[in-house]
Amino acid sequence: MPMTLVERILSEKVGESVRPGQLIMVPVDQVFAHDLSGPLAITQLKNLGFSGFKQPDKVRFFLDHASPTSTVSAANEHKTIREFADEYGVELIDVGEGICHQVVMERYARPGEIVIGGDSHTCMGGVLAALATGMGSTDVAVAMYLCRTWMRVPETMRFIISGELSKGVYAKDVMLHIIGQIGSGGATYRAMEFVGPTIDSWPVPIRATLPNMAVEAGGKCGLCPSDEQSKAYLESQGRPQDYKPLAGDIDAPCLFEMKVDASSLEPQVALPHNVDLSVGVTDAKLKNVRVHQVYLGTCTNGRIEDFRIAASVLKGQKVAKGTRLVATPASRSVYLEGLKEGVWETIITAGGLVNSPGCGACPGVQTGILGSGENCLSTMNRNFKGRMGNPEASIYLASPATCAASALTGIVTDPREVIK
Amino acid sequence: MSDQGRAWIFGDNVSTDLIFPGRYVHLLSNMKELVQHTLEDARDDYATNVKQGDFVVAGDNFGMGSSREQAPVIIKLSGARAVLAKSFARIFFRNAINVGLAAIEVDTDGIKEGDSLSVDLQAGRLVDHTNGIERTFEPLPQIMTEILADGGLIEHIKKHGDFNL
Repeated sequence: MPMTLVERILSEKVGESVRPGQLIMVPVDQVFAHDLSGPLAITQLKNLGFSGFKQPDKVRFFLDHASPTSTVSAANEHKTIREFADEYGVELIDVGEGICHQVVMERYARPGEIVIGGDSHTCMGGVLAALATGMGSTDVAVAMYLCRTWMRVPETMRFIISGELSKGVYAKDVMLHIIGQIGSGGATYRAMEFVGPTIDSWPVPIRATLPNMAVEAGGKCGLCPSDEQSKAYLESQGRPQDYKPLAGDIDAPCLFEMKVDASSLEPQVALPHNVDLSVGVTDAKLKNVRVHQVYLGTCTNGRIEDFRIAASVLKGQKVAKGTRLVATPASRSVYLEGLKEGVWETIITAGGLVNSPGCGACPGVQTGILGSGENCLSTMNRNFKGRMGNPEASIYLASPATCAASALTGIVTDPREVIK
Repeated sequence: MSDQGRAWIFGDNVSTDLIFPGRYVHLLSNMKELVQHTLEDARDDYATNVKQGDFVVAGDNFGMGSSREQAPVIIKLSGARAVLAKSFARIFFRNAINVGLAAIEVDTDGIKEGDSLSVDLQAGRLVDHTNGIERTFEPLPQIMTEILADGGLIEHIKKHGDFNL
């Protein structure tokens, strides 16, 4: 029977054919929390009468949101998590290692797995054909405790992406376009499956932007096939044994199907304060929009591939007076690779600054908080009011190229004007 | 306590950043103070004026965004009896039930600020006593009804030793 990717993953897990809408118990392969969701998960484990993990190798804690800490309360929460992880023999990924979703992609997620994370962007793990989904601290605590959870089998929305991207257009633009089309609740409770020749041609780190943002359309998960690109990526990460081919059937019935001609898109920008307010960069609403801060990074676009694009735009240029350029690599390995390639030197020489790996300015709890009335243009995934710590500020979302081009001019700028 | 409560009207796409602004993350260990900021960036008169048993009433996609569980926790602690919305973001919806806050998917059109509401969860019925509107809604899936009835997910697991699916 033809199946979508999420149906195949869940059917293999429960050992019988599942159908959308069914409520099932599923085994959990990996479960993690971070420094914001972790403390409550630990409290809830204790409330359950927890005395140790049945399968400690499946459990991880990441310290990434405040990395390193800037308040005493965050420092004490980190201390709680470190001590707990040490006491119960589970892996701690400490400050400086990177954002949980990036590190899960680099080191842990495998095709066909069920991954539960205490963060909404856990869906990024779907880039390796894992059913990765975000939950709250209590669900995470119970998943850590029982190594299983309950789920509703989601209906699938299939996105068939074809065509070569024009100059200055990237995966981020494709995803902002898709979310603009279906709306920020357009995929609620659904699995978003990304397929087609364009997806086939993209390496895993480029693909990752799409499943990362599935939750911005309300999606439970976002999935790409596990294929030759996945094989190459897992080999490059030193874990070829983790590869297995896995895909949905293109003829499997699904709730919704959308064909995207990537070659017809122009660079996209999401207007404040919602991700689905995306327009083309040439839209009149963006004319002379002043940019006070540009933020490059996050689990959405904080990979070396993203910084290479930004650096190519910034090379030999200067950031506009009155605009701050903040860059934060998504992981230690991105940081190290950027050092080798000189991308940080390019950004710093252009007048930008580079922070240590982690979530950086995105969650609004540390470096890079905006002033009232200021605009930020960022490669991040979410532009809700108050997201970067100040409800009186406005956030616009775009690709690394559009962000870098705008840093040079101080206004929202079409990257096609500066890319040779 | 009367089974009626007043309606507090919110729009579409109320994000968890509006419910629990990230700038208050340092108050996580001080829920009493944190609850004073519930929904502050959506409307700043809610937290100070909400009464025990009132209802948060919203449009589509309530609770979109992050997985922060404190969002439904502080709505519950603020005194709200339930959140009524045309639709919910899924992580918020699951979190709400897990922490013992009723999240009810129902047509909220026509309900006005301050209307006196009551809800029968078992029967799936909402009544707006101020303007005479009556609406029915699909009851929650059995597993969620049980989690809610047990007082949240932790109590549910302690009682059954597992999910009682």
